[in-house]
Amino acid sequence: MGRAELPLHAPGTRVDRGYIGESVPRPNAQRLLQGRGAFIDDLRFPRLAHVAYFRSPYAHARIKGLDLTAARGAPGVIAVLDGRAVAEYCTPWVAVLAHLKGIKSPPQHAIAIERACWQGEACAAVVAESRSQAEDAVGLIEAEWEELPVVVDMDAALGGETVIHPELGDNICFKRELDTGGVDDAFARADVVVEETFHFGRHTGVCLEGRAILADYNAGEHSLTVYHATQAPHMMQDIFSRHLNIPEANVRVITKDVGGSFGIKVHVYPDEMATAAISVLLRRPVKFVADRLESFLSDIHAREHKARVRLACTKAGEMLAFELDDITAIGPYSVYPRTSGIEGNQVVNLTGGPYKHQKYRAKMHVVFTNKNVTCQYRAVGHPIAVALTEGIVDIAARKLGMDPAEFRRRNLIADDAYPYSSPAGLKFERLSHHRTLAKLLDVMRYDELRAEQARLCKQGVHRGIGLAAMIEVTNPSPAFYGVGGARISAQDGATLRLEPTGMLTVLCSVTEQGQGTEAILAQIAASAVGITLDKVRCMTGDTGVTPYGGGTWASRGAGIGGEAVLQAGRALRSNILEVAAAILKLDKAELDIAGNAVVNRLTLEAKLPLAELGRIAYFRPDTLPLDFQSELTVTRHYTPRQYGFTFTNGMQASLVEVDPATGFVNLLKHWCVEDSGTVINPMLADEQLRGGIVQGIGAALYEECIYGPDGQLLNGTMADYLVPMAGEMPDIVCAHLETPTQQSQLGAKGIGEAGTAGAPGAIMNAINDALAPLGAAVTQMPFTPERILKALGKV
Amino acid sequence: MTEAFELIERPGAKILAGGQSLIPSLNMRLASPELLVDITGLRELATIERRDGGLRIGALVTHAMLERSREVAEHAPLLAQAVVHVAHPAIRNRGTLGGSLAFADPAAEYPACALALNATVVLASRRGERRVAAAQFFRGLFETDVRPGELLVAAEFPRAERSVFMELARRHGDYAIIGLAAIADKSARRIAFCGAGATPVLAEGASRATSLEAAQAALREDLNPPADLYHSSATKLHLAGVLLSRAWNSLAKPH
Amino acid sequence: MELARETTLTVNGAKVTRRIEPRMHLVDFLREELGLTGSHLGCEHGVCGACTVRVNGDIVRGCLMLAVQADGCTVETIEGLTDSKELAPLQKAFHERNALQCGFCTPGMLLAAQDLVRSGRKANREEIRAHISGNYCRCTGYQAIVDAIEEVIHGPR
Repeated sequence: MGRAELPLHAPGTRVDRGYIGESVPRPNAQRLLQGRGAFIDDLRFPRLAHVAYFRSPYAHARIKGLDLTAARGAPGVIAVLDGRAVAEYCTPWVAVLAHLKGIKSPPQHAIAIERACWQGEACAAVVAESRSQAEDAVGLIEAEWEELPVVVDMDAALGGETVIHPELGDNICFKRELDTGGVDDAFARADVVVEETFHFGRHTGVCLEGRAILADYNAGEHSLTVYHATQAPHMMQDIFSRHLNIPEANVRVITKDVGGSFGIKVHVYPDEMATAAISVLLRRPVKFVADRLESFLSDIHAREHKARVRLACTKAGEMLAFELDDITAIGPYSVYPRTSGIEGNQVVNLTGGPYKHQKYRAKMHVVFTNKNVTCQYRAVGHPIAVALTEGIVDIAARKLGMDPAEFRRRNLIADDAYPYSSPAGLKFERLSHHRTLAKLLDVMRYDELRAEQARLCKQGVHRGIGLAAMIEVTNPSPAFYGVGGARISAQDGATLRLEPTGMLTVLCSVTEQGQGTEAILAQIAASAVGITLDKVRCMTGDTGVTPYGGGTWASRGAGIGGEAVLQAGRALRSNILEVAAAILKLDKAELDIAGNAVVNRLTLEAKLPLAELGRIAYFRPDTLPLDFQSELTVTRHYTPRQYGFTFTNGMQASLVEVDPATGFVNLLKHWCVEDSGTVINPMLADEQLRGGIVQGIGAALYEECIYGPDGQLLNGTMADYLVPMAGEMPDIVCAHLETPTQQSQLGAKGIGEAGTAGAPGAIMNAINDALAPLGAAVTQMPFTPERILKALGKV
Repeated sequence: MTEAFELIERPGAKILAGGQSLIPSLNMRLASPELLVDITGLRELATIERRDGGLRIGALVTHAMLERSREVAEHAPLLAQAVVHVAHPAIRNRGTLGGSLAFADPAAEYPACALALNATVVLASRRGERRVAAAQFFRGLFETDVRPGELLVAAEFPRAERSVFMELARRHGDYAIIGLAAIADKSARRIAFCGAGATPVLAEGASRATSLEAAQAALREDLNPPADLYHSSATKLHLAGVLLSRAWNSLAKPH
Repeated sequence: MELARETTLTVNGAKVTRRIEPRMHLVDFLREELGLTGSHLGCEHGVCGACTVRVNGDIVRGCLMLAVQADGCTVETIEGLTDSKELAPLQKAFHERNALQCGFCTPGMLLAAQDLVRSGRKANREEIRAHISGNYCRCTGYQAIVDAIEEVIHGPR
């Protein structure tokens, strides 16, 4: 089975890793720089109709009646449909998976039929010639509502006084308990026990491009083509097929340019399903793009948690046990098909992750509320787990009177302890916590910063340094979803085709939303085959064209898609050399490919340009031996097998200055040292970290979906919901270590989510480090000036 | 102008100048006026003139023009200090002084500056010109003394010896959580706040106080800021006090 | 009652005359009527900057201007400024430093950046950040964008 196997070419040749490890600019970025991208909303189709949704103004209400007459008569209106009409074309779904024992959720329809369960749930659809006409007509729909009791607070939801779905018996979607045993003993014999409750504010992705879908049903073929801003086109192909009752191979899902997703666009949205169903119903293309206001109401939210955590230590600074009690509030439905139980599940799995304690007990509840639905959003569960772990670790360090870096060093899993099983049952192949910590402290000049901090504190300037150690799930196997019965593929495929002119076409089933998927696949392909990067064209995001696969999520594109490309590339190189050997009448073992030509393997003397090889193979096979057939298209698939999740590790640090008069936090600098195995393009990898860190900063300082007691979203605009903008962000220093995974030849793990996983914890620890001399601490994210002033006793 | 007066008197008419506040409300379907009267063609309203030692600034002067203006820098530096906090460059290119005063967002910078400087708002209609002191102009939440058929055509800002503008916002260009616009003359100070009430608020007690300590104490009586989504009334009051401390030295009388 | 108004404007150097409903904003007009889909819509309340275009030489939020208000104006979009090569130095720097990922904010970001470059101000990093503080990017974390603009203003380091 695979083992990390770079260099790519024979020893003795100058070409070693090819483009792997090179910071090449992305070939497919040029069109985006020129405004010549193709986002779904840019596409034009004959007879294209536009749909707008009538959304519930109430968080919980029975739909007693809908009067659609006036809407139907409005200018430009083609059809007005309620939930029952759409249900004839689209079956409902239940978002549960078998491996989340006991998870429950009621069936959900594309458009609500009996009642609306959150403010913003779609209750009717208006289809018109233009979007503005559709919206005009939405304003003419008259609805009669019977308001129902609203459940907003997570504790109230758990208490169950009002049960949202009476048939389920309570408001618990999912609960989990984990106990290694020996936890009470550990706490009993500990010298130091610390406890804290951390609150995490619900927030959302705010992708700049709204969710977008254009469904085009062809009645003549009973076929459906869906242009969809999605991360997982094959998953959506399966879902459209099953729920709209169209044979799978008659459904084609195509992703064009996607304006950011971060997990927001990997889920099934009822209004998107309705859009596809309406295309079938009307037998014409129908487009839906969520505008910003409806994005806030209906894009998945995430990360509303209240977590109580305890840590037991010896006075020598050895961590003995962690204990966690976490509760998270989701919406009224678990989201399809990945379920809304995964985030909480991950918090249980990941708490305490970097450390070598043996004892752990956790209890976790996922409860329904009448707020917007929630599901996986970049780094799923990690930001919570890392923040509460690193937060309690800092509290313990303070109580022990120990430097937080030193306290961590004493407890991080040793670099030679692998393979290792965590108390939560996670299996680590090989991590590098200690080397990472050492590198971080060095890069940030930790001791100097501490000295400067002390000096400035005497002058009344309050700086804080916060650390956050993390482990990160990447390259998941079917252990994540497949084992639970989800038709979500954990494997991916790549087809590499040498064209007659010597160019290379790469078709791969992982997808691009701007992170640079196509660039790194091209780099890998070019390196594996031996051609120059400018000769490679990459195509992703089309179920009719690429091999079958999982798409991009859980930081799997590079590690899984990249490996498929690498293996296909090596196989293709071998096949090309077979053709070359036949043409040149030489021994294949003497040949190699470099710089777009077949060369002598040792001298690198060019023997045959690939363009010439292509011409012969495709147009003059009559000149080749009778029993010889060129195979210049190769497909390989790959799925990680040894480890359910391929973990990475990293550590972040934040330097802040807190103004105790105003409660404002100034982010001075941020560092991230990450070990994600083989780094294919350092510039792109660094930027994934930075973008992720800024998203984490958003969670720590700015972002919160604020709901009123009646389940109304109070800040659903860009003016009221605060996202990080350039003026407040620090420069971020990134550094890498490389511990390749042995499960693949490429050795790449994932990196897309690591930044977001660690940043909130690092920021929180930095703020609390600054506040500690003032006797204050904050535990509720986002850390607004108000919350900091309250902690300081100023208000 | 005559045409404008006739149009704005029609039922359901709304005045459109820079549009930076009006058009978002149209886009979000919070307002659907019958008639939009685009006055941006009235270029005579886009001038900055010296007047009695102060400045008369036309209603259609954009934030960007104000930012670039040497006259403003010299004769109404309070406005020059405030304008850099107004939104972002693309918005400043279109948004106007007149729009800002007429819209009277409680967190907006210019109304507080107008109050601090005791500016005069100039309104015109078929019936002629009407002049209203800033103290009487801002009447309630998004409510001003502009009467039906009237167009805000200019504001006249007297000169002040010393002035200071500061605001606290969590991100560049956001509406202020709280902002302080203050001037000091030989005899008096006028300290106004935005974000502290339904209208800009002149902190009269703090303005009369002779020491910072007394001013802080008086401020607690002067202001009763409404809470917003993120900040309680107590927090806003506290932050107003912080701005007062920071601005105090700029307002101190020279020896 | 909507009364479409005859409006004439110059878009990317070409004179365009159309009957436009007053309620259509400038970016919807550019995208829907003229097929210039390079300017994007991220919020339609003037906060995100994705719709930034240039009118009479000034950057504006295209979603906060009615198309009829552009009568007699010169409008320049990402497409025109690309073809005229005015944006070439910034586009090159953005490309080399990966100052974009999904590309949705990029046209607006380039227009805002070019506004600063054109002004001739030797802005430092803080000033660059302030100038683009009204352009939301969710992907990059802004640093590469600041680097790219800094390079164009000050030359390579």
